[in-house]
Amino acid sequence: MTSELNQQEAMELLRTMLLIRRFEEGLIQTQKSGISIGHFHVYIGQECTGAAAIALLEPQDKIATTHRNHGHLLARGADPRRLYAEILGKAAGYNKGKGGTLHATVAGLGFLSTSALVGGAVPLAVGAGFAAKQLGERCVSVGFFGDGVLEEGVFFESLNMASLWKLPVVFMCENNSAGALGQSAGEYPGSTIATKQLIDVVAPFGVPASAVDGGDPRAVRDVTQQALARARNGGGPTFIEARTVRWPGSRPLWPELSTGETDVAFAWEPDRIPMAHRDWFANDGLIRYVRQLFDAKLANTKEILALDATVRADLAKAMRFAIEAPYPDPASALDDVFA
Amino acid sequence: MAELTYIEAINSALREELARDRGVYVIGEDVALGGPFGATKGLAAEFGERRVVNTPISEGAIMGLATGAAAMGLRPVIEVMFVDFITLAMDQLVNHAAKLHYMSGGQLGIPLTVRVQQGAAGNGGAQHSQSLEAWFIHVPGLKVVMPSNPADAKGLLTAAIRDDSPVICIEHRALYWTRGEVPDGEHTIPIGRAALRRPGKDVTLVATSRMVEVALEVAGTLANEGIEVEVIDPRSLLPLDLDTITASLRKTGRLVIAHEAVEGAGFGAELLAQVQEAAFDYLDAPIARVGAPFAPVPASPVLEQAFVPGAERLAGAVRKVVLGA
Ligand SMILES: Cc1ncc(C[n+]2csc(CCOP(=O)(O)OP(=O)(O)O)c2C)c(N)n1
Ligand SMILES: [Mg+2]
Repeated sequence: MTSELNQQEAMELLRTMLLIRRFEEGLIQTQKSGISIGHFHVYIGQECTGAAAIALLEPQDKIATTHRNHGHLLARGADPRRLYAEILGKAAGYNKGKGGTLHATVAGLGFLSTSALVGGAVPLAVGAGFAAKQLGERCVSVGFFGDGVLEEGVFFESLNMASLWKLPVVFMCENNSAGALGQSAGEYPGSTIATKQLIDVVAPFGVPASAVDGGDPRAVRDVTQQALARARNGGGPTFIEARTVRWPGSRPLWPELSTGETDVAFAWEPDRIPMAHRDWFANDGLIRYVRQLFDAKLANTKEILALDATVRADLAKAMRFAIEAPYPDPASALDDVFA
Repeated sequence: MAELTYIEAINSALREELARDRGVYVIGEDVALGGPFGATKGLAAEFGERRVVNTPISEGAIMGLATGAAAMGLRPVIEVMFVDFITLAMDQLVNHAAKLHYMSGGQLGIPLTVRVQQGAAGNGGAQHSQSLEAWFIHVPGLKVVMPSNPADAKGLLTAAIRDDSPVICIEHRALYWTRGEVPDGEHTIPIGRAALRRPGKDVTLVATSRMVEVALEVAGTLANEGIEVEVIDPRSLLPLDLDTITASLRKTGRLVIAHEAVEGAGFGAELLAQVQEAAFDYLDAPIARVGAPFAPVPASPVLEQAFVPGAERLAGAVRKVVLGA
């Protein structure tokens, strides 16, 4: 069931990917300028997965995500101004500054949580699937999580229940350890798991599973579409492993723009890519996607550059808004403890 | 004496114990890479990955594995990256490590050391900033220490590793890069002995972990106002050196307790109860507690700052106890 994107959808997908890339590049630069953000995790290099999968969700669908959440929130339509404000700890932030980067959540967009505990989001996603089934809602719950989650027991407990009760859940495992690029930069090591294939550990639970190139939005779109249809038709959960290579600038605590700001023109002028970063940009899903659009004549260079310029201008404004926005009243630290 | 950072002092305790006792193993997420803060830096190169063991992200199984290995006679030192993640290991810690000695009628020894860091610093938000020591002092069978400076970090950790019971060594992340004199070579501090950090005659201020630094600052400020504060660092919450505290109260008649954890059902509540049972007659004023307010730790810098008990609040509480106003 391959569905080709029409031109408008294709450009919308590009817009989302650019939005995420530029949002996080902006964040890294802001942090570097001396504005304290706390430790944060970026989605650079993984944008295709979230952008393509989340574009398929219906308004009533739910999402549970992790510490690597900015891309998911933006793909779902979060306002960059309020997201930046949250990350900078401002009152105008989505969570009044209480959540910060690690816990930025927008309930109105269907987010159940962004858990900073490895594995924390997975049972929550299953719980939403359980509730949706009980309530008879045509809602699917998508749990986004990293490959590291398969090292925690709670993953298997959650998978088991979702399978036993045929819950409308999509387990979206974003495996960013598919290459070892980040390790030399001091990133967490890749998966410490005995299985060679993550999808192999899922099969015995009777949950359909597939692995796709997480940097190929069409591939992600196809498997996600199937998973959503299965969930909506009462067929139960699906496990998807979206494989990407870790961005070299990704660090556990302080990401750095070690590959420089992405130049979309790398897509049509590969000679402009600095020698040191050739490997990275050759695999970068964003640059690959731009090249595909270009080759398929869905967009010309002028249109792509114009879209990028608009996204950047909007984000610059959003960052200015967040930087200028007031901090919350210190006394508000004690609000919201109980409902 | 050498001047070391708190994290270097921890590293040196681990290095010396690994060298001294072949039964010592360092186990945890990324420990062979040095850990996120460098506590285990260089240890894998020196002792090999057989004894400095990287694990999967599996806190529950790490705690259980270390407990089982300890029952076999090894002396595992495990690292839990943030105290917030120890929630995943509480079954093995509370139901197994803490109780196997007792339930076996004393047959099994569990010489396990759990190293973990905690505290609000750097806007980590509600799942990376908690102070949870009160959970552990509620569990019979666990010993709980909280070093407040580099020398104690080394001495208490060394003692913990040599102890035959499970000991939780709770470090404070904000202290990791503070410096202090650390005795050269073997350095142990008996678990269960408090330290007098500053003598004073007007009021006893018992402070734990990072709050010791704050308490000393407050004592300096109040000295200028004519209030002489005696600062005591219990170092070990369980067992607790109540004698040192009551001896101080005999002199001062006044007590203020400071910790970073939320006040409700915290270490301060326990100490307050023990003091009023053991030393009610010495008290000339109600006891005051200073901790964080009863809320999760917020992420925003201004909210985090409002949340963490600071010098101003502590000074206010001490003044009130001393001056009665
Ligand atoms: C329960 C728990 N253990 C350890 C950590 C520390 N930690 C934060 S991110 C991370 C790696 C997680 O890897 P993965 O799930 O693959 O997510 P990624 O960061 O690669 O997206 C670890 C170990 C944590 N946050 N929670
Ligand atoms: Mg990963």
